[in-house]
Amino acid sequence: MLKKDTYDVVIIGSGPGGLAAAVAAKKAGAEDVLVIERDMELGGILLQCIHNGFGTEIFKEDLPGPSYAQRYIDESIELGVETLLDTIVLEVTPGRKLFVSSKQHGFFEINARALVLAMGCRERTRAMIQIPGMRPAGVYTAGTAQRFVNIEGKMPGEKVVILGSGDIGMIMARRLTFEGAKVERVLEILPFLSGLNRNYVQCLQDFDIPLLFKHTVKFIHGKNRVEAVETVAVDDKWNFIPGSEEIIPCDTLLLSVGLIPENELSRQAGVELDPLTGGPYVDESRQTNVPGIFAAGNVVHVYDLADWVTLAGYEAGKGAAKFAMALRASEEAHIPVLAGNNVHHVVPQTINKRSLEDEEIELQFRVRTPVEDRVMIEVHDGKNQIARKSARYARPGEMNTITLKPKNFADVEKASSITVDVNPR
Amino acid sequence: MQEKYDYIIIGGGVVGCIIARTLSRYEGRVLLIEKEADLCMGTTAANTAIVHAGYDPLPNTLKARMNVAGNAMWDTLAGELNFAFERRGDFVVAVGEEELPALDTLMLQAKKNGVPGCVILPGPEVRRREKNITPDVSGALWASTGGICDPFAVTVAAAENAVMNGAEVKLNTEFKEFIMEGDRIIGIKTNRGDFLSRWVINAAGLFSDFVMHQAGVRPEFKIRPRKGEYFVFDRADVEIDNVLFPVPSDKGKGILVTTTVHGNTILGPNAEIIDDKENSSTTISGMEEIWAGANKLIPSLTKKHVIATFAGLRPMGNAPCKTPGVNYNADYIIEIPEEVRGFVNLGGIESPGLASSPAIAKEVVDLLKDAGEEMKVKKDYDPIRPARPRFREMSQKDRKLLVDMDPRYGRVICRCENVTEGEIIAEIHAPIPAITYDAIKRRTWLGTGRCQGGFDTPRVVEILARELGVSPLKITKRGEGSEFLFRPTKKVEN
Repeated sequence: MLKKDTYDVVIIGSGPGGLAAAVAAKKAGAEDVLVIERDMELGGILLQCIHNGFGTEIFKEDLPGPSYAQRYIDESIELGVETLLDTIVLEVTPGRKLFVSSKQHGFFEINARALVLAMGCRERTRAMIQIPGMRPAGVYTAGTAQRFVNIEGKMPGEKVVILGSGDIGMIMARRLTFEGAKVERVLEILPFLSGLNRNYVQCLQDFDIPLLFKHTVKFIHGKNRVEAVETVAVDDKWNFIPGSEEIIPCDTLLLSVGLIPENELSRQAGVELDPLTGGPYVDESRQTNVPGIFAAGNVVHVYDLADWVTLAGYEAGKGAAKFAMALRASEEAHIPVLAGNNVHHVVPQTINKRSLEDEEIELQFRVRTPVEDRVMIEVHDGKNQIARKSARYARPGEMNTITLKPKNFADVEKASSITVDVNPR
Repeated sequence: MQEKYDYIIIGGGVVGCIIARTLSRYEGRVLLIEKEADLCMGTTAANTAIVHAGYDPLPNTLKARMNVAGNAMWDTLAGELNFAFERRGDFVVAVGEEELPALDTLMLQAKKNGVPGCVILPGPEVRRREKNITPDVSGALWASTGGICDPFAVTVAAAENAVMNGAEVKLNTEFKEFIMEGDRIIGIKTNRGDFLSRWVINAAGLFSDFVMHQAGVRPEFKIRPRKGEYFVFDRADVEIDNVLFPVPSDKGKGILVTTTVHGNTILGPNAEIIDDKENSSTTISGMEEIWAGANKLIPSLTKKHVIATFAGLRPMGNAPCKTPGVNYNADYIIEIPEEVRGFVNLGGIESPGLASSPAIAKEVVDLLKDAGEEMKVKKDYDPIRPARPRFREMSQKDRKLLVDMDPRYGRVICRCENVTEGEIIAEIHAPIPAITYDAIKRRTWLGTGRCQGGFDTPRVVEILARELGVSPLKITKRGEGSEFLFRPTKKVEN
């Protein structure tokens, strides 16, 4: 269970963006940093990216995804970042209260002085590109297939057609080939590659997997399981070219047709989204329009390399730490003003101790019961007197005041609360 | 030894399941068989989910009578079975002056059919009630008794209540032929053995013609599947809260823009007559037709926010209306035919079949009484089917109470729709067990959101395998032949 209900920096998601934000926040001075991850382990999608190509920018090394993640996981743990695994954030309020749920920890609320959104992105689906046909088993997004193969150790298909030349699609073409499946072809509706060229060379070319530009899927056949797809060539405006149709028998269609930033929580929190990126509008510290809510990585816009996501995460983590520490300093400067002996209430109810450094603070109050003799009005911190004044009487019908002066600052600074008493003389 | 029943119902759609539930009120053994791995796999699976008011069917048809009588029974049905039903009314929207006379025709039909609560609204009032509607709107028929529901929830709830009251449901059980004794049906042969029964009820939907032909009834009757395609929108992006019909045409009630009890706006259906009763494919031409139809009512819709497309088949029959003087050839069949004994025959129950279903079940009971059945109500009949918790519909406070009680409800498996492990496990072990991915999807609404199961599928496969005690390789999307996984990946040699 959690040690606290309020954290300096809370990070939603533990992919490259979230882990980098956690590390950076700690290094920038945030004391209590919490990462919330909905999966069983830290690392996000990096854990299923068992191919290499990670770390070339930051470490000048060519690492597989899990090794790249491990560097940040180790660093987070070393720095004392707290984590909640297998835990989902259901809602974020604009005031940075999080409603959180998990099997292990139950349902609870967490308050964040600063929040980093690092939920990543999701894959575009069959429905979004509206491929006609039946709705059998065997149509998967490339990332879902990747999870089945690399995490669950199960093959989602034997004879595969891949639509889209996104990176995950090309990487899965190679991965499935390694595992003994036959990848019939990769289709791309555009006249150019949507992923990295190195993936085309290393994943398709090296394995003789054909890539057809300006081609798409026209129809999915099969009632229970995919039995075939009908492919077609398209012109520059994506119109089907009649006569170019081909039926490709297969049991699986993988889709690698784009990623969309995952911003459902952001919207609830009042974060404004840029229609061009699908992610929040951010400033250079990756702060969104909602003060104290930061965002980094694929949740902001879709990156091609995890290294860039890490770098964006650093910025957000630093920004969030700075915001949180300023807020914390202000919280700590505020102390309650309590109603003591024969005092009904005092206004203001809290004061910022720092204000006393250069200005007076007048405390206004009413007494509970009338005293027609002289009284002593005293302000104290529970032990020591800070200020006092006398009055000829005290009546509930008449408001009283006592003023704290800059000369009281030294005493008030040490106090965790101050109390106003009205005592008989 | 063959099992012996009093009533066997062929078909686990909404009509069959509500008949099973209605018959389970009376003494006698009830069996419902369904050829697929789950209930509602046919017409009930893919329709507009509307409980029609009853102004649309031609007056004096059985369709009109069942629709209006059925509509009035939904409040009680929803109250007893605890499923979401909203009587939010519907509009038939006239666009341009030339469509206005159609509203008068419908209004007249509504009066003849006995539909309460209809009124014709002027264009500006329609715009006030639905701000997204086309500026060319000239008026609308407003039917206050129109409703929406989740047909899966209705069907499953009815079947569960039937089971609670002693009925049996057998899935993956396909009718082959009748067992006859002279002119009396005494049972059925299926792929899973023979079952004897005093009565067999044909609720086979798209396949009702096959079933009645096996009994030698109405050889001229033929179901022609009428395919309808649909678009579903992300509810975060598109919020049309009304049920909007265009004015009807000879192709049917036309392409709607409507909402669901889950809050998603949906568009559709078109109407294309096809031959293949299994062909529930979406098509390019169909999708274009729907888009044009929907944009006529709501011009501001954009395809960007579509999260799903699907298609369904309506079982359109060719039975002439029995009322003298009514020239109509696609009426419902609800009868005890004279040619054979022991057979209750339904056919052609297309739209408004969902709205009509409780009235159809009552009609079946009345027919059985007329045929001399006593229909004695069971002493211990319980009409109430309790609802199970739905995390996504709960307040944060109630969620906490639920998770405190059972921590499995704290683990969210579908993050778009906030469906929890607790809910999934409860459905796997429910009175009608959900043993396929689609069955869980239809009951919990998991996988219906913007990622369309991309995140939850591997997790649901794992939970199903664990709870059913089988290998993940055996887990299917919709029954045998639709397995998700083929084999383990290669072993790593040490």
